[in-house]
Amino acid sequence: MIPELGQLALALALCLALAQCLLGIAGAARGEGVWMAATRPVARGQFAFVAIAFACLTTSFVSNDFTVAYVASNSNSALPLHYRIAGVWGGHEGSMLLWVLMLSVWTFAVTLFSRHLPLEMAARVLGVMGGVSAGFLLFILFTSNPFLRLFPAPPDGRDLNPLLQDPGMVAHPPMLYMGYVGFSIAFSFAVAALLSGRLDAAWARWSRPWTTAAWCFLTVGIALGSGWAYYELGWGGWWFWDPVENASFMPWLTGTALIHSLAVTEKRGAFRSWTVLLAIVAFALSLLGTFLVRSGVLTSVHAFATDPTRGIFILALLAIVIGGSLLLYVWRAPKIGLGGGFETLSRESMLLMNNVIFAAAAGSVLLGTLYPLALDASGLGKISVGPPYFDTVFVPLMAPALFLMGVGPLARWKKASLPDLASRLRWAAAAAVLAALALPFAMGRWGAMVALGLLLAAWVAASGVAQLYEKVRNASSGASAWTRLQSVSRATYGMLLAHFGVAVFVVGVTLVKGYESEKDVRMEPGDTVEVGGYTFRFDGVRDVTGPNYVAGRGRIAVTRNGSLVTTLYPEKRIYRVQNQPMTEAAIDTGFTRDLYVSLGDAVSDTAWVVRVHHKPFVDWIWGGCLLMALGGGLAASDRRYRLAARRPQEQAYAAAAAR
Amino acid sequence: MTRFAIPIAIFIALVVLLGVGLKLDPREVPSPLIGKPAPHFELPRLHESDKTFSERDMLGKVWVLNVWASWCVSCREEHPVLLDLAKSGVPIYGLNYKDKREDGLAWLKGMGDPYRISIFDFDGRVGIDYGVYGVPETYVIDKGGVIRYKRIGPLTPAFVKETLLPLVKELDRA
Amino acid sequence: MPRAAALLLAALAAAPVVAREAAPAAADPVLEKRVMALAEELRCLVCQNQTLAESNAPLAEDLRNQLRERMREGKSDKEVVDFLVDRYGDFVLYRPPLKATTVLLWFGPLFLLAAGFAVLLRRVRRRRKLADAEVDDADRRRAAELLAGGEPR
Repeated sequence: MIPELGQLALALALCLALAQCLLGIAGAARGEGVWMAATRPVARGQFAFVAIAFACLTTSFVSNDFTVAYVASNSNSALPLHYRIAGVWGGHEGSMLLWVLMLSVWTFAVTLFSRHLPLEMAARVLGVMGGVSAGFLLFILFTSNPFLRLFPAPPDGRDLNPLLQDPGMVAHPPMLYMGYVGFSIAFSFAVAALLSGRLDAAWARWSRPWTTAAWCFLTVGIALGSGWAYYELGWGGWWFWDPVENASFMPWLTGTALIHSLAVTEKRGAFRSWTVLLAIVAFALSLLGTFLVRSGVLTSVHAFATDPTRGIFILALLAIVIGGSLLLYVWRAPKIGLGGGFETLSRESMLLMNNVIFAAAAGSVLLGTLYPLALDASGLGKISVGPPYFDTVFVPLMAPALFLMGVGPLARWKKASLPDLASRLRWAAAAAVLAALALPFAMGRWGAMVALGLLLAAWVAASGVAQLYEKVRNASSGASAWTRLQSVSRATYGMLLAHFGVAVFVVGVTLVKGYESEKDVRMEPGDTVEVGGYTFRFDGVRDVTGPNYVAGRGRIAVTRNGSLVTTLYPEKRIYRVQNQPMTEAAIDTGFTRDLYVSLGDAVSDTAWVVRVHHKPFVDWIWGGCLLMALGGGLAASDRRYRLAARRPQEQAYAAAAAR
Repeated sequence: MTRFAIPIAIFIALVVLLGVGLKLDPREVPSPLIGKPAPHFELPRLHESDKTFSERDMLGKVWVLNVWASWCVSCREEHPVLLDLAKSGVPIYGLNYKDKREDGLAWLKGMGDPYRISIFDFDGRVGIDYGVYGVPETYVIDKGGVIRYKRIGPLTPAFVKETLLPLVKELDRA
Repeated sequence: MPRAAALLLAALAAAPVVAREAAPAAADPVLEKRVMALAEELRCLVCQNQTLAESNAPLAEDLRNQLRERMREGKSDKEVVDFLVDRYGDFVLYRPPLKATTVLLWFGPLFLLAAGFAVLLRRVRRRRKLADAEVDDADRRRAAELLAGGEPR
């Protein structure tokens, strides 16, 4: 009953999504107020039905309904409850439903927070989102239905892939999809602007908080994925330039360019057609990511089980949605016109340099990811493009961006002066050079790459301090320091925090790459090994049983200068249902280092191969990402976006615009 | 104003690329040995372990080398096809890859033996020389000892009819 | 008495073994480091999403052994890599070789960056020129008149 209810709910959601699209777009084109006003309730209805469908699928999982084929292949009665819920998005069909759920959640949010928009704009935005929803709902109903039944029902399910039975599975996909899907709002605003022919600073101000919010979610989603890979895969790596990782990174890079470009468009009304194009491209890359994971075109550890029909459908969806909006761009963008002018050296030009760098970075990642396919398709042979390529190419691209991060916020709009900037930043530059020269010695030895990384990170941090100092100094004179600090806008604090997060991230990457150490040893009970100043003593392995696995659990006592730091319990598990072995590393997390231990194979009755890593500052990588996301959140909640402050002004503006 | 058309032009090229990509198999590793002489080996035979066999023994003849193992599931799929192929007169030689001798012999006994001779590659060294990465794989080698074709994955009747047999006939004529 | 003996044996068995520095898992750690460094840049052909260093596939083990053997014989990194490329093609390299077919790949990013900056520079300059040009002489005269306190026409 429940699965059928879910399927019905999806069909109803599809109808409502189509209605939403029609009412919004046609209503705005024809100026039909009634139609436009109707898009909001219709959109909310769509959300309600998608939510019902999702609830139905979740219920099937939680109640172990193995007559549903999807549940049977992704769950098991011995699976703990929270993994039964996470299993909902453990396979292709359910993860598509999660995608559509996120889209409808964002749609619902737009219906709530769009009262200050002119009705026409709001209707168009909702209309475009409805069209995208409809496309995905069609895809689910026709090729990826999670509610299909399986008769005769198996006595038990095939279990969720053991690699996915992890807290990471509970958090990573929802966050990631919120980000991916959130860029559809920026996209919808862009298309709405192209349709209406009106693209101005107000448009940028409306779409900015949504774009920033999506960017925050994507940042967190990617960071979670990276952290999960780090502790789950047992190798201590945290980024592999896997095609699917790249598929999430490209929208992030483009999204970063977009939030900076929107700043220019909002403040100065400049480069509007470029911003619109970026918004379309960011969402296009999200859709491309969906295609790459599910079509079988690239091999990836993340790829879902693939089916050519699905690949063709998504490609068609991609072609229609993006092709359509790019055609609209060709037709409408020339009419948008130029915004305010600015000098070759100005804050605008620096923000646009940021755009060039991030766009080039996204383009490079795309190039590397699709190049093997391009060569194969043209019959020119088969190559692999992996981390050596991306690492070589990416770091030099990012270095100028890091430099700009220090200078840009201090540059004046319209026209900046180089000597002026240089003098304001001289202390920051000195601090950066000092850090680059001295800090590596604190870690043990000096290295050029480490010095470079620390130089850039210290530069970003020190110039951030300089920026805050100037803002506070230039605030109302005579007021107390506390009042002055409070007078600095949230958007500025958000920017400072996000940029500081980048510096923290760079420190983490630089120090881990420069100073990590590991030892691969054969240990009998009682043996010790020394890594990174810590002594690790192996106390043997004993058998344990988990809810759906059996394991050999090792015991490692870690001491430093004689006193016990921690005890670690790495495991080698075998999940009963799929008979799949898995290594669970044991990690002692610390502010300045991680101690990472994993079990290899047993080489005798008592001796095991043990791999011990010392990873200095590795958690700064994800800490930095978290700070970036918090900064973005602060910026998105800036006073100028919040409704209460704006309502009287916006209503007057909307009324004027409608005339 | 044509610069506004650049994005859609790039996009169309991308979609075409992805469309073509849907037909390709990203996992397939083409062999760099095509058109090159078959790597040399001298291995003991599976049935008569005191005798050896080398690719040099086959110079002047067109032959098919099939890599198989008793632990390989897909090999079962292609076995009937091989038996038919052998009956039609094509010389097929087997490379028993990383297997146990008893297992290999038992497998052939139970499933039928399409191979004129099977050679025993215990540690897979010869397999590596031939670029074997997934069993079953099949090579077509011409009279001059040059590898002319490599098939990755099990043989199917359609493949044999449309590609393998015509190629063997053509090489025979040369 | 037997009970005491049993207790004593148990106590002895539970006594900590003399701590000993663990031996490296590999027979030759220096060689192993070199093998793994190279294996990190090579692709496993079976588990194609893992490096040759990470993969547990039997073929990966065999290939790592081949790397070890050849390095032990004194072959250089390049010779060992060529050995694999001769048999499996460029697919096995995670760092694509620089060839005619990969020039676009290796120089693409730099080209994208340079092209982007060039376009940006040209756009900014042209925009400025246009913005300046928009104010023509007639407008300037009117502005002068207005500023001088004359009647607006």
